[in-house]
Amino acid sequence: MKLHELTSLIRSKNAGPFSLTFDIMFSDARAYEHVKASGALNPAALASLLHCSPNQIQFFVCDNALAFKATIPRALPAGDPADGDLHGGQQFAPLMEIDIPDLPVK
Amino acid sequence: MPVKFLCSSGAVGSGIDLPSFREGLARGPDFVASDAGTIDAGPYHLGAGNGAYAYEAIRHDLDILLSEVPRGTPILIGSADTAGGDPHVERTLDVVRDVVSTRKLDPLRVAVIRAEQSKDYLKKMLREGRIRPLENAPHFDEDTIERSTRIVGMMGAEPLQEALGHNVDLVLAGRCSDSALFAALPIKRGIPEGLAWHAGKVVECGTLTCETYRRGTMYGELTQDHAIITPLGRDLRCTPQSVASHSLYENGDPYLHRECSGTLDLTHARFTQHDPVSVKISGSGYIPADQYSVKLEGVELAGYQTVIVGGIRDPFIIRQFDRWIGEVKAEITERVGKLLGNRLAASDWRIDVHAYGRNAVMGGREPKLEEPPHEIGLVVCLSAPTQELATKIAELSRQPLLHHPIPEWSGSITGFACLFNRAYIERGPYWRFCVHHVVLPHDPMEMFRLDVVTLSA
Repeated sequence: MKLHELTSLIRSKNAGPFSLTFDIMFSDARAYEHVKASGALNPAALASLLHCSPNQIQFFVCDNALAFKATIPRALPAGDPADGDLHGGQQFAPLMEIDIPDLPVK
Repeated sequence: MPVKFLCSSGAVGSGIDLPSFREGLARGPDFVASDAGTIDAGPYHLGAGNGAYAYEAIRHDLDILLSEVPRGTPILIGSADTAGGDPHVERTLDVVRDVVSTRKLDPLRVAVIRAEQSKDYLKKMLREGRIRPLENAPHFDEDTIERSTRIVGMMGAEPLQEALGHNVDLVLAGRCSDSALFAALPIKRGIPEGLAWHAGKVVECGTLTCETYRRGTMYGELTQDHAIITPLGRDLRCTPQSVASHSLYENGDPYLHRECSGTLDLTHARFTQHDPVSVKISGSGYIPADQYSVKLEGVELAGYQTVIVGGIRDPFIIRQFDRWIGEVKAEITERVGKLLGNRLAASDWRIDVHAYGRNAVMGGREPKLEEPPHEIGLVVCLSAPTQELATKIAELSRQPLLHHPIPEWSGSITGFACLFNRAYIERGPYWRFCVHHVVLPHDPMEMFRLDVVTLSA
């Protein structure tokens, strides 16, 4: 199944004008644990999807928030004439399609 | 004695919810605070010297704050008018004056803290080796300082604490850490720093920390060993997960949050449901910094822009879009060189094409370039050192966009659907961020100017 079928929110946003941060959030602890156990979300996989080198990505697993987080350098600073997303809010779409093994039926 | 506080809204100008705000005031808060800005609004507001919210929206919120909050309960506002520069503080102070006189309020004691940095001071600090880059920072030297339009320092809790020491009704601060507005007074009263900063972090975006985002007011209570965060307003609820999640928002690192005097450490923070809508926080740590540091935000004028908006529907152009736009750009470049070359070097101007429907939003990170759309929207931005030159380039761009030939069609084509007549829009000046550094001041107060004024009706 696709990652977005298990999450409550996938979002992106500037973390300051020079960084972009991605939050992958769950409302269901079982779905969160399932994704965590699958190993599908890891720095190398995310770096490849987000077109940055694995040593540029910061990756966090946040158990108390049922969330994963990744932060990368912005390709261009916010407000650059060649940048098309001032707030960085529409950069998450590729993460939605990450393949996750089916959640086992209870 | 717990320290109690209200966050009136996520930002001054975003709208205070009056019923829940009054409910909060009835709980007798020790102070009320709200930030009024963010660097997320982009470089424009810092450069142009005005904010993102309409005057009427700022006035609406300040009117409620100044006429509803009882005297003796200080109000703290930080990052005035989006960017927190001196003109932004001035504009907000004008609104405060207007409310005081219109409402015929009792004389209001205001501590104004300005955060704009002088070029001489920054050059001196640079020479002393007291300016350090943050991650992904652009190159910064004396020329950058000289070129800059405006640079502000983001103040921490110390200038606010000094202002509160003057027994004022309102603290109006330039660029300021959002959490500092909420941490300043509790730390002064002896609340542990980790809890004070963390509570500020949780409430500074207003009800964004709730399970579902709705209008309301955030209320907090701090004691020696915990903080309780309560949303006020219909159908609002905080849960341990919603509060824990909020520390992810707009931050690169969910656990460590850098402030001037140290780092808020949420690694061992614990969240529990205190009552059906409130969350109790404990275990938040604070690691004092070896050196006090103040983050700089600054912009320089990048030029002026003129913009052409239009679209393409011809499948033959769309299927070879990259080649077509490359040829159009080359034709524009040749015309600009020929007709404006005596006034413009090639490095003085630029053309940026945003192709909506293709990759305008994600640029080089767009994974779906192989699926041709049936229509492409184009925003063509021409940038130059003056508005006049940017517009001349736009005029020279119109014909190549309209009529550049493709091999599939013989005869004259019109390959670009102009949205407007005249085809271009003058967008005015634009700015770029030129600094992402910290200053290591000799003293927390040396970068900020505190004035106490009394405003009377």
